Amino acid sequence: MSLREFFAMGGYGAFLWPAYAIVFVVVVGNVLAARASHRRALAEARQRLAREASSR
Amino acid sequence: MATWTWFHKLASPPHIYRLAGLLAPWFGWASLLLILPALYGGLVLAPPDYQQGDAFRIVYIHAPSAWMSLMCYVVMAVAAAVGLIWRMKLGHAVAASCAPIGASFTFAALVTGSLWGKPMWGTWWIWDARLTSELILLFLYLGYMALRASIEDLQRADRASAVLAIVGVVNVPIIHYSVVWWNSLHQVSTVTRMGKPTMSNSMLIPLLVMFLGFTLYFVYVLLTRVRGEVLRRERSAGWVQEAVRA
Repeated sequence: MSLREFFAMGGYGAFLWPAYAIVFVVVVGNVLAARASHRRALAEARQRLAREASSR
Repeated sequence: MATWTWFHKLASPPHIYRLAGLLAPWFGWASLLLILPALYGGLVLAPPDYQQGDAFRIVYIHAPSAWMSLMCYVVMAVAAAVGLIWRMKLGHAVAASCAPIGASFTFAALVTGSLWGKPMWGTWWIWDARLTSELILLFLYLGYMALRASIEDLQRADRASAVLAIVGVVNVPIIHYSVVWWNSLHQVSTVTRMGKPTMSNSMLIPLLVMFLGFTLYFVYVLLTRVRGEVLRRERSAGWVQEAVRA
């Protein structure tokens, strides 16, 4: 099987690859969003800690 | 008695935060190690379907996405019920973490289904039972998130959104059995139909591995989100100050 044949997917490439692209974006996007959410929570907690330390 | 102490220790926020941080990478890497070979098996090794040709290969992402959308909702509803009934904050933290994950995979299931439906059925969308109930699932997730965002007080937001999540769970069996109960263009389940010849192993095994990979991936993303959620809820607790310094 050639690479061109592989990407053509028997004529269904125009439907199949966008589907795979969307799921790829959702899968990677969820990882990035979850990690960002955790990092944000850490940063907020650190800021709060620093505020409390300076007000003491 | 001993069981309860053990349970409370397990569910205590600092313990959950540490445990989730410890377990998450394992689930993440394991899911990658399953999903990549499953992709190769599904896109390259599996033969084209005798009716659908290569279009059937959308199943390797469509069915796991749909599975994620349902599994995530059940986890969300159970966690919300635990939070509501036993007043366990961790339940609400898990439920709140589930919603964006579930919503995004419901969206993925709908769009990949549409991209599969066009060449196979000749239409992007029909208002049949399976597609409509899956669309309602998306609205349930979005409604849950909108409700949470609209209530300032965290405890009230937790309780109100938990009720919505629990009521909405009736939609899950409707989605699952929709292709059996009603006439539908949507084909019936490929995996759980036992006894009859359905798929050859070279088609089926990548799909099963993909299901497992997506499930482990879900645990990874959920654990990561729960860590952030627990930190936010416990921000004035002493253990958070220690965790943040580390």
